[in-house]
Amino acid sequence: MYQKMFLFICLSFALSCVLFIVSLLLASHDPYYEKMTAYECGFEPFQDARNKVDIRFYIVAILFIIFDIEVAFLMPWLVNFVYLGTQTFWLMIFFLAILALGFAYEIVKGALDW
Amino acid sequence: MFFWILKQILYFLALIIFVLLSVAFYVLLERQILGHVTRRQGPSTVGIFGLLQTIADALKLLAKESVFPRSINTIVFLFAPIFTCGLALANWVVIPFGNGWAIADFNLGVLYLLALSSLSVHSIIMAGWSSNSKYAFLGALRSAAQMISYEIAMGLILLSVILLSQSLNLTDIVMAQYNVWFFIPLFPLFLMFLICILAETNRHPFDLPEAEAELVSGYNVEYSAVGFVLFFLAEYNNIIMMSAFTAILFLGGWNVPFYSFWFFGDGILRNIFESYLWPSLFFSIKTILVMIFFVIIRTALPRYRYDQLMRLGWKIFLPLALAFLIIYLSILKLFW
Repeated sequence: MYQKMFLFICLSFALSCVLFIVSLLLASHDPYYEKMTAYECGFEPFQDARNKVDIRFYIVAILFIIFDIEVAFLMPWLVNFVYLGTQTFWLMIFFLAILALGFAYEIVKGALDW
Repeated sequence: MFFWILKQILYFLALIIFVLLSVAFYVLLERQILGHVTRRQGPSTVGIFGLLQTIADALKLLAKESVFPRSINTIVFLFAPIFTCGLALANWVVIPFGNGWAIADFNLGVLYLLALSSLSVHSIIMAGWSSNSKYAFLGALRSAAQMISYEIAMGLILLSVILLSQSLNLTDIVMAQYNVWFFIPLFPLFLMFLICILAETNRHPFDLPEAEAELVSGYNVEYSAVGFVLFFLAEYNNIIMMSAFTAILFLGGWNVPFYSFWFFGDGILRNIFESYLWPSLFFSIKTILVMIFFVIIRTALPRYRYDQLMRLGWKIFLPLALAFLIIYLSILKLFW
């Protein structure tokens, strides 16, 4: 089954590569100086586009890591929820409460205000 | 071994050709609906009712010249569309179209789909960064932040579905909905999930990455011809995949409503209807309904502002999804 999946993923990447390469080979190529500038409303680009990034994007990315790990962490527990006892239930509620506290702190601190 | 590989390649082609065709016809459907909602005709020239319009467009784009600007990082720039499209097509390996009709009946299907949608953020960042254009860069940043925000809400909603079905396997999730489809017990989460998939696929009213008025076209401004085709293909492919995913998670997958009504005859005829025809037909109908929902929303609603979008994702959906999860957990524990 894993071999099937691996083969399927390889094939889907191969198909995209084939599409890309075939089109590159078939289409005409006639590049000149003006055509090869980055799009900026008809001007020559003023400066390099890789400017400073708003810090909030980083905060969102960091929060994403925390919550995504939390989702991944809850999944195996939820799958076995029926077989596990009350103690694990309260432990997880405790974990979620800590997480909710942290989340409330973020909101109060204004980390999520745009 | 050789024949096994050949067989898998045939399976792959049989699936992907229909996926690509459905992308073509979905674009046509979208343009027709958009046209008729605004009292225009929609595509009507190429083929009957414009049936060949998208295919003609795709062929035209594939035959166009690819322009590579001077300021790009060539390798990343070339790799990004291939990566996007490959990831989008790789989603289909775990989607079951009927009982046991998946290429791989993977035990961690839900996790696999989440992982792929996380990975597709990378391709957007790659495209935007390597283009070295201001619009592309801003569009990529916005798009990435939006996708990861809504992925968390989506993950938390999925947790409730996993709780009810007790499995990460998509076939098992559908099997668990044999008696009652999950959109009834999880109705608020179903609505939230519909909004999340709109944001996750960067569609209206959350299509801020490609807000035409401000960012021209977002992270794929610099892509022409085949690069654009691959991004376009991946986007629509993701929409169809998400619709199928919604149908599997909430609308009962291939389960048939009013079960005994649809079956007649006995022996082989009944067997054909019961195990092949109706399940796949109903699965397609549910998927198409969600796909039409995407289009209707696009015609009906204006675009969100970016701060509203982030507020909705982080301050409303995330706490709500978490709260619903805890409520469902507690109810289960209480009455077990």
